[in-house]
Amino acid sequence: MSKKLSVSKAIREGLHEEMVRDPNVVVLGEDMADMGSVFGITQGFLEEFGPWRVLDTPISESGFTGMAVGMAMRGLRPVVEWMYNDFITCCLDPVMNQAAKLRYMTGGQLTLPIVFRAPMGAGRRNAGQHSQCLESLFMHIPGLKLVCPSTAADAKGLLKAAIRDDDPVVFLEHKLLYAKKEDVPEGEYIIELGKADVKRPGKDLTIITWSRQVYFALEAADKLAAEGYDVEVLDLRSLVPLDFQAIRESVCKTHNVLVLEEGVKRGGVGAELGAQIMDELFDELDSPVGRVAGANVVSPFSPPLEDAVFPQVDEIVSAVKQQLNR
Amino acid sequence: MAKAGKYSKEFLLKLFEDMVRIRKFEEKAAECFTKGMLAGNIHLCIGQEGSTVGAAAALEEADYITSTHRGHGHCLAKGAKTDRALAELFGKKTGYCQGKGGSMHIVDVDLGILGANGIVGAGIPIAAGSALASKIKGDKQVTLCYFGDSAANQGTFHESINMAAAWRLPAIFLCENNGYGVSVPIHKVTNTKTLAVRAKAYDIPGETVDGSDVLAVYEAVKKAVDRARKGDGPSLVETKVYRWQGHYCGDPAAYRPKEYLEDAHANDPIVLFRARLIKEKWATDAQLAEIEERMDREIEEAAAFAEASPYPEVSEALTDVYSQDNERCVER
Repeated sequence: MSKKLSVSKAIREGLHEEMVRDPNVVVLGEDMADMGSVFGITQGFLEEFGPWRVLDTPISESGFTGMAVGMAMRGLRPVVEWMYNDFITCCLDPVMNQAAKLRYMTGGQLTLPIVFRAPMGAGRRNAGQHSQCLESLFMHIPGLKLVCPSTAADAKGLLKAAIRDDDPVVFLEHKLLYAKKEDVPEGEYIIELGKADVKRPGKDLTIITWSRQVYFALEAADKLAAEGYDVEVLDLRSLVPLDFQAIRESVCKTHNVLVLEEGVKRGGVGAELGAQIMDELFDELDSPVGRVAGANVVSPFSPPLEDAVFPQVDEIVSAVKQQLNR
Repeated sequence: MAKAGKYSKEFLLKLFEDMVRIRKFEEKAAECFTKGMLAGNIHLCIGQEGSTVGAAAALEEADYITSTHRGHGHCLAKGAKTDRALAELFGKKTGYCQGKGGSMHIVDVDLGILGANGIVGAGIPIAAGSALASKIKGDKQVTLCYFGDSAANQGTFHESINMAAAWRLPAIFLCENNGYGVSVPIHKVTNTKTLAVRAKAYDIPGETVDGSDVLAVYEAVKKAVDRARKGDGPSLVETKVYRWQGHYCGDPAAYRPKEYLEDAHANDPIVLFRARLIKEKWATDAQLAEIEERMDREIEEAAAFAEASPYPEVSEALTDVYSQDNERCVER
């Protein structure tokens, strides 16, 4: 049995279930209580859980993110929202030097079960300071886990797993997926972190991707199918932990792989995954690992410019054809 | 000045013992560092013991502290053991963090020590978060945040104290003002005569006290602790202290006028308190000498323990990055 839910409502439902289940789960961030968050994730929570579990913070990202670290040290499980993932620039210390490192630096004394939720991504005409994909930044920091769901069902199940996880988890939600309505299973379910999902099976080439680009990949795969190419779409769902076993299985089947990401190409996730695949699966490859990614520029405001700087379906289609050299 | 009759002898001797323990610990750490026995860097709190011990004495055992890069004294005052603390400075397996943190990162959650910290000002929101946790859980514990004058110029100071004040969190913000941020005198980069005056901006109590007078610090912090525990919110207490050493052990501190050190030595919190204990007839010279000798022995034993302890296994470099799925997350 399933029901139709938007991605934002699915996230809301997952968060709500966890708050009902565990009184230690507390949400804090800007506009979380009275407004119910700018994307409506916590609507109605204030009335149900009260002002000490749903906290409206001042616009003090460094302060409230650092406070979440102190709260976690004391046994709470804070779920922090940054209104946009770009605001990490205002609170990198509590994330990078505190939350990510303190378990290790204390010889395993501390567990820091914090979820940092943040909308991400381009395409909403929000310009350069509200449109970034920062996965490679977070992925580079030992001690953080990183989850980037695409579907409503995944978003709910992965958020529940992230909240129950004892490590700090950065949970990036693509803004342009929030309104997407999809099937979500009825009842309680969890999706384990570090399990990729084949969103479309195929035998000629694997597109490895995550978040909103999953939909671009699926659309490109449909177009390519009409031309006789059978493309597999592997949705990583979480980047740390990384399901390399799923990558291995897919590459050993298709022998061609392309990493697709919305974020900028330079130093991107595709570079890292490409290197890992070449290191370990070189003999399986019939073509060099392909990369389709955002241009190495600031996300522009003007719609035709913005659409030109991150991957679109036609670009993916031609990249796949070029890689398969047919 | 505190009244003679209101303290138990046990309490007064404990203050003295804690200050002497910290002083001897720091002197031993400096000795080991100078001999090349310690890797990295250490920041010593010699001269600041009156503030550190007076503040900690106002806390209950179940209360919490956060500390700083100059944090050995804070942790010892809250109950950390000298042997495990020194072993951590040595990078040994028996240290508080199994050698993975070092001098700036002593933590013992069971003792309420939420951590020294290598980033200036980072402990302030952590302390406010701990105080918020107490508010959410409805427990009666308070969190005391030790920080220095330079941390007061970080944005975290404003953000955290503002929230703590708005939400009446049970926190005490204890600024140990030793006058210098590494080499820069505080008055060169700060317009106000005191840092406590900033409390007005948050509509909370603010007080500046002589950090070389352990009882004056105790009194000021006790007032702040009582207020926090009652649910009336945070306070800012500034203690004027002297940092006898340079910023780090071995820093010649040529940037300071020689009068600074003369004043510092004239305001040695241990010498002052020792003299007062005898003058007020709260203790005899023999009692105090016994404590000093006992602390000498404790520190010698701690140093022997630290030196004899093993280093962690090299394989432990890869453990405890994550609490779940560590191996896979470290591999890729």
